[in-house]
Amino acid sequence: MEKETKNIIEMRHIVKDFNGFKANNNINLTLQKGEILALLGENGAGKSTLMRILSGLLEPTAGEIYVRGKKVDIKDPTVAKNLGIGMVHQHFMLMESFTVLENIILGHESTKGPILDLKKAAKQVSALAKRYGLTLDLNARVADITVAQQQKVEILKVLYRGADILIFDEPTAVLTPQEVTEFIKILKGLAKEGKSIILITHKLEEIKEAADRVIVIRAGKSVGTFDVAAVSDDRLAELMVGRHVNMTLTKPQVKAGKEILNVKDLHVKDNRGIMAVKGLSFAIHAGEILGLAGIDGNGQDELVEAITGLRHVTSGSVIINNKDMTNQKVRKITEAGVAHIPADRQKYGLILQFPLADNLALQTYYRPPLSKHAIINHKAIHEHAEKLIKQFDIRTTSATLLASDLSGGNQQKAIIARELDLKSDLIIAFQPTRGLDVGAIEYIHKQLLAQRSAGKAILLISYELDEIMQLSDRIVVLHDGQASGEVKPEETSNKELGLLMTGAKTEGTNHD
Amino acid sequence: MNIVTTLALIVSSTFVYSAPLILTALGGVYSENSGIVNIGLEGIMTMGAFSSIVFNLTFASTFGKATPWIGALVGGICGLTFSLLHAVATINFHANHVISGTVLNLMAPPLGVFLIKAIYDKGQTENITQNFGYFTIPGLANIPIIGPIFFKNTSAPAWCAILISILLWWVLYKTRFGLRLRSCGENPQAADTMGIHVYAMRYAGVLISGFMGGLGGAVFAEAISGNFSVSTIVGQGFMALAAVIFGKWNPLGAMWASLFFGFAQSLSIIGNQLPLISKIPSVYMQIAPYVITVVVLVLFFGKSVAPAADGVNYIKSK
Amino acid sequence: MIKVSPKIKRILVPIISIIAGFLVGAIIMLIWNYNPIQAYSSMFASALGNMNGIGETIREASPLIFTAIGFAIASKAGFFNIGLPGQAQAGWLTSIWIVLAYPNMPKIILLPLAIIVGTIAGALVAGVAGYLRAQFGTNEVITTIMLNYIVLYTCQYLMQQVMSPNLRIDTDTTKNISSNGSLKINWLTNMFGGSRINAGIFLALVAIIIYWFLMKKTTMGFEIKSVGANPFASRYAGMSSKKNIILSMLLSGSFAGLGGVVQGLGTYQNYFTQTTSLDIGWDGLSVALLGGSTTIGILLAAILFSILKIGGLGMQTIAGIPYEIVSIVIAAIIFFVAISYVIGLLFKTKDKKNNYQQPQRKERGPNNGIDGSNIEVGKKGQI
Repeated sequence: MEKETKNIIEMRHIVKDFNGFKANNNINLTLQKGEILALLGENGAGKSTLMRILSGLLEPTAGEIYVRGKKVDIKDPTVAKNLGIGMVHQHFMLMESFTVLENIILGHESTKGPILDLKKAAKQVSALAKRYGLTLDLNARVADITVAQQQKVEILKVLYRGADILIFDEPTAVLTPQEVTEFIKILKGLAKEGKSIILITHKLEEIKEAADRVIVIRAGKSVGTFDVAAVSDDRLAELMVGRHVNMTLTKPQVKAGKEILNVKDLHVKDNRGIMAVKGLSFAIHAGEILGLAGIDGNGQDELVEAITGLRHVTSGSVIINNKDMTNQKVRKITEAGVAHIPADRQKYGLILQFPLADNLALQTYYRPPLSKHAIINHKAIHEHAEKLIKQFDIRTTSATLLASDLSGGNQQKAIIARELDLKSDLIIAFQPTRGLDVGAIEYIHKQLLAQRSAGKAILLISYELDEIMQLSDRIVVLHDGQASGEVKPEETSNKELGLLMTGAKTEGTNHD
Repeated sequence: MNIVTTLALIVSSTFVYSAPLILTALGGVYSENSGIVNIGLEGIMTMGAFSSIVFNLTFASTFGKATPWIGALVGGICGLTFSLLHAVATINFHANHVISGTVLNLMAPPLGVFLIKAIYDKGQTENITQNFGYFTIPGLANIPIIGPIFFKNTSAPAWCAILISILLWWVLYKTRFGLRLRSCGENPQAADTMGIHVYAMRYAGVLISGFMGGLGGAVFAEAISGNFSVSTIVGQGFMALAAVIFGKWNPLGAMWASLFFGFAQSLSIIGNQLPLISKIPSVYMQIAPYVITVVVLVLFFGKSVAPAADGVNYIKSK
Repeated sequence: MIKVSPKIKRILVPIISIIAGFLVGAIIMLIWNYNPIQAYSSMFASALGNMNGIGETIREASPLIFTAIGFAIASKAGFFNIGLPGQAQAGWLTSIWIVLAYPNMPKIILLPLAIIVGTIAGALVAGVAGYLRAQFGTNEVITTIMLNYIVLYTCQYLMQQVMSPNLRIDTDTTKNISSNGSLKINWLTNMFGGSRINAGIFLALVAIIIYWFLMKKTTMGFEIKSVGANPFASRYAGMSSKKNIILSMLLSGSFAGLGGVVQGLGTYQNYFTQTTSLDIGWDGLSVALLGGSTTIGILLAAILFSILKIGGLGMQTIAGIPYEIVSIVIAAIIFFVAISYVIGLLFKTKDKKNNYQQPQRKERGPNNGIDGSNIEVGKKGQI
């Protein structure tokens, strides 16, 4: 007879080696039935790798896994599914052009012979959705529903497969504070129904709110498992980062100067030709950080692209340094004094196949000293790169290393070096710390504050409310392409911002 | 010529020229829905044409009237075999889909001609004796007006191709296999997490396109050209590819697009029999199908959206 | 697993591809009872065994270098210009036509004029595809292919219906051009045993240097490479994608057109009706792919394929093996180049880099060659 065990999952001495890099180095983890276990660690600490091993997407280099006391070899996702393990990925694994129902049943279809039996499937899924309070339109196309709804699709997907061990990878990264509250409610409901849950996160407050126990991972190793009730936030942060972190930034007093950017009644269409920015107006002054809060997809991309000349402005105006720059060419706008740290650094910020030096020259290659009469001076490009590498502490073996070979943090540093070196009056920083570890985040925040002290105007767009709250002098909340409110960080709360982000309040409402 | 006979002429020659395009385009739809761009359809058609002609010449006396039909199957199987190259290169070996497809196009004509020379000791084959010819559908042909136009002296392969289009539409959108195939073209990574064997599905997509392309080439050879030479297939594979796009990656859409391109092609052949068109210099009729293909792409390209992961290699990491 | 430096690996891939391609040819010959050793030895002997053969090989290589550069420029910009045959054909016919029309113009004017007109003709044909791509996002793979056929039939028509009968021998062949418009150089012809070698090879060498300078030393080359490697980042950095798309296609077509000019004014001295797309187009594509679009690579690959093509004729005569085996070998070589990933698996590179990247499960792969070989492109408007 199997020994009766409380541990539904035991991972022992897990090692995962990617060509000499140990993403997981001897990690032990236990999950008990009906509990919510938080897996805490920085970006790149090895949390996702560990969970991908558990869900059969990666094979461990060494170590053993026991499920319900029995040793198992999870060699592919099907084995994981049969063991009742289901994972909700950080980047949703959905077919955008398929319906909600098709997404849920894919790979686990009910059929009559070879033919899909969608009616039967719909009945089963509806019942499941009702039981866990996950209401959805099953016939909607996934591309047309909100991110929070897509997450429900993901949850239904694993439940439909009969999973009773659920893994959530950074599930709240894309949600508003209100949606986070609702999500945690769903999570607790699932645990109460007897599901066992692993919650991957790097947000301490969520752990406090949702989890029973927490395991902390740093640089591929587990540094300890704790009862959430018995450990402080500061302690967890310290364990996660490996040193004492000062979580509050000191923001020096800077007097706002002249107006640098003025956006007036801006209207911009998205790729599908639908109006995405609908009459937005705001201004930023020298020595000021304006934070733009909002849920992804409420016009942020279109706004930034319109200001920087990447997208056509339908109506309204963009005034930079008192000059009308509406619908000007990208380069002209850059030269008028705009630096742009793009949200997607690998797509927009860098040419990954090019050497670091060329990437650092991307904004200035066409003019002296880097080139003369359309002939490139490679020596000057190299010297320019060496200078920036030193000044911004980019960790690389040489300026000729390909950008793709740099770590994420150093890729971001390279972009920041290139953009700040333009010495522009306006800096647009779009998600400047996405996916970076605490050290890199601190560095970038300090750089932005230094620029503020130097009298630059900064437009900070971020989906991380904490970042917005910490850095901004003023906050404009974007909802459905419009400003749903303007607040000061010291006078508002995450809760109020969350309401504004869902468009609950409009501008002019008193804040209490 | 009265209107009915004129229409009958246009429709039947449109059908004749559409049949190979429909069959090949259907293959393209399956390949691209599984996520593999198949620009090698032209080469696959060439191999289909080659093998069916060789079969037809060899076995005409044995199989009689059934020869072109069996020849078409032989062409399909040969196309399928040939497409294995593309499948292996793109699915297992991460080759660029366009380059790999181009290799098929570079390879097929010389291979075909080499084999013809090796077998017959000359650069192009004799004409076949058993071709598809014209076919009258009993019963339907007696319907007034519609009968003579659509069902009398018409192309049997074309009607088969239309029926296959409907069948393949149903398979793609109504069956489990179709759902899974499309998921690999939409988001192979996600499909993998759902336990779907992405490589197997993509193989299925490419091999179906090989079979259908071979079939298309065979039908072209046995219904239109009548022999095999280096210039038997001149751009039909690419037109089929354009039909895939014009048809929005949907089997029925590809069928309608192919009928349209078939019409354009047939005009250059029957143009001189038609009252108005016979006055236009022949060069315009000759380049019309190609110009129309470009125009159609310009007008419709931006408006149709390919499967999201079409042309994107999927590499499973373990 | 053999450890080599990345540099050596880059050289090994084409070499192994070539060997494998020859093996495929050998296997096919063995199956059909031909002797591959006899085939290949007669091939090399007739291409390199005498001055005439060498002259012909060099002559054959000249247009290939041009068309290969044409393909390479477009591919650096992220385009798959498969319309080289049509562009070359346009260059060929127009340059011959100009010389035939003004046979008595002084050489110093006529020859450059014919070359320029041919270049422009090639550029215009490619420019159509470039414009449609820039303006409407139309996939250039299909437009350039269709343009091949359009040019093919248009040239037939121009030849048979438009060209003055005074310039033609019959409806399918023009008269030979006057020496004022010819690239022939007598001492060169004499030196290489009466072969058709001509000044085209010098033009080709100049073209290679221009190509190298353009890509390595100019901001234009930098922009073309950037747009090809990452169109999004290039636009973000203020480069105009439309300008670069059209520019690179015009350049690409110019070089392809020049290939046709050299074929006409150098090799054939006339124009005759074509029934299929020009070989030099397809071969140029193969040359560029095998040569990895590098200057040295293009030069060496052009010479290799010329040996194959010239030697293939000798092989057919001496050993009685169908000439098509040459094209099969070339296609097979390109197949192995395309699957270079597998060849790469045989050799481990000694890596200097110490920064580790999480392996990506989804390759940033090609999307029909539209936007370069390494870029994941947006969903809208691509095949």
